[in-house]
Amino acid sequence: MELIVQVCVSGLLLGGIYALISIGLNLIFGVVRIINFAHGEMVMVAMYLTFWLNYFFGMDPYVSTLIVLPVMFLFGVIIQRIIVQPIQNSSANMKIFATVALSLILQNVALIVCKGNFRTVQVSYGMGTMEWGGIFISIPRLVAFFAALLSISLLYYFLKNTYTGKALRAIVEDHTIARLMGVKVQKLYLLAFGIGCAFSALGGVLLMPFSSVYPTVGIPFTLIAFIVVVLGGLGSMGGTFLAGLFIGVVEAVGGTYVSPALKEAIYFGIFIIAILIRPQGIFGKGKGSEEVGLK
Amino acid sequence: MLSIEKVDSYYGDFQALRDVNLEVNEGKIVALLGPNAAGKTTLLSTISGMVPYRKGNITFQGQHINAMNPEDIVSLGIALVPEGRRLFGTLTVLENLEMGAYSKHARKDLQKNLEKMFDLFPILKERSSQQAGSLSGGEQQMCAIARGLMTEPRLLMIDEMSLGLSPVLVQEMFKMVTEIAKSGVTIFLVEQQVNHALRVADEAYIMEKGTVVLHGPSSEIANDDYVKTVYLGK
Ligand SMILES: Nc1ncnc2c1ncn2[C@@H]1O[C@H](COP(=O)(O)OP(=O)(O)O)[C@@H](O)[C@H]1O
Ligand SMILES: [Mg+2]
Repeated sequence: MELIVQVCVSGLLLGGIYALISIGLNLIFGVVRIINFAHGEMVMVAMYLTFWLNYFFGMDPYVSTLIVLPVMFLFGVIIQRIIVQPIQNSSANMKIFATVALSLILQNVALIVCKGNFRTVQVSYGMGTMEWGGIFISIPRLVAFFAALLSISLLYYFLKNTYTGKALRAIVEDHTIARLMGVKVQKLYLLAFGIGCAFSALGGVLLMPFSSVYPTVGIPFTLIAFIVVVLGGLGSMGGTFLAGLFIGVVEAVGGTYVSPALKEAIYFGIFIIAILIRPQGIFGKGKGSEEVGLK
Repeated sequence: MLSIEKVDSYYGDFQALRDVNLEVNEGKIVALLGPNAAGKTTLLSTISGMVPYRKGNITFQGQHINAMNPEDIVSLGIALVPEGRRLFGTLTVLENLEMGAYSKHARKDLQKNLEKMFDLFPILKERSSQQAGSLSGGEQQMCAIARGLMTEPRLLMIDEMSLGLSPVLVQEMFKMVTEIAKSGVTIFLVEQQVNHALRVADEAYIMEKGTVVLHGPSSEIANDDYVKTVYLGK
């Protein structure tokens, strides 16, 4: 009994990071209407940056967010401006091509620059746990969960209460009409891509104290984020958040009780079942699904 | 105020407008009538900068607006209330109106203009924190018009305002339009309700198959034999 609770709690905590990364993907999808297949590579790059800042300057991973997040925001802005914007009106296939290519390039650059080794940062709290009613909770995972929760809440507040945030939501609804109202959509595409990448990057930084980085570390995150967004609903932040937690728990439970080797197969299974239950496609309601090639 | 000269518009290879000439004079209500697929919406989209045109000239208050972006055209004072309302459905009524005031010049008068809209359409004040998608058809149309007015237009273009509304509501909406016109906003109205439109409009254009086939003062158009048989069913 205690084991299952234990497993669920650690799954939930990891799910917070999945939710964070997925909300970044969802924001980019909803606003810019592109599926960023290089989204997991943002996690990877952020993890390497965190590693280096620690390796060369002894910087604590949490402190390094002050550098990594702005850098990755800027990286996102540059990707949008240089890679996505020129192909904004091209076919869905073209867009998929572009971000898949970006993902491969980033993996290969990482392989050349950093070699294939697993890299970790050593921090005193890396293995730290606290006990609570017989359940052991990893401290860096707990920190990650609450940091994710805080960032998601801040984004939610921003989207609900600022003029720019409302304009982003208006673009998700209907970018043509948003332009008619005077919204400078190209600028807001840059912003959305930047925020999306920064969210993904924050996931990477938060993972660093208790996991290692290598060039292909991002691949599962792209897939997980994609599944989470589909389950949670395109454009729905609340749904994405819950779906992120859900996938975290499923992965932990499956990994413990079935087989760690099968945990990915398990959430893909859920993904397929979910699509089968709703034959019209989970994308049925998703605005702009045609534009990105999902219909 | 708005003058359209020899405009051709295309969707890809498909030519939707050919040699369109049209004039909207300041302070007037001008109606654009015609059957489905005549190109009325395309003309409004072309004026707003959403459909590029390959030939001809569009000038607004003496300024060429060829090749301008929709977001810049709206700040010149041209607002479009699009066909089918196209509100931001998951945004509240208030947020929809705020979006109307997005451009710099409109934003500084946001509060004042909100008050005006709530005076003009009291129901919107009641519904202000409701999602726009949950409004009834008539309320949505009012919200769409109010959103357009929030951009502080000199020229308000309304596409198929009466579509899907009850006869009583249509009557009411047309009354609103004349009121808005009296407040100094020039109106360019696309309508299927030919009767109503001709009653409120000063001038009317008839468009068929992508070009203007008839134009004149509303009273003349209403008495034209061709219009009577084809559009008024008399
Ligand atoms: N987005 C579009 N792409 C291609 N053709 C279009 C598009 N919108 C309208 N059309 C075509 O252009 C013509 C004029 O349409 P429209 O301007 O909507 O007419 P109206 O508003 O008078 O009913 C029609 O033949 C229509 O099929
Ligand atoms: Mg039309």
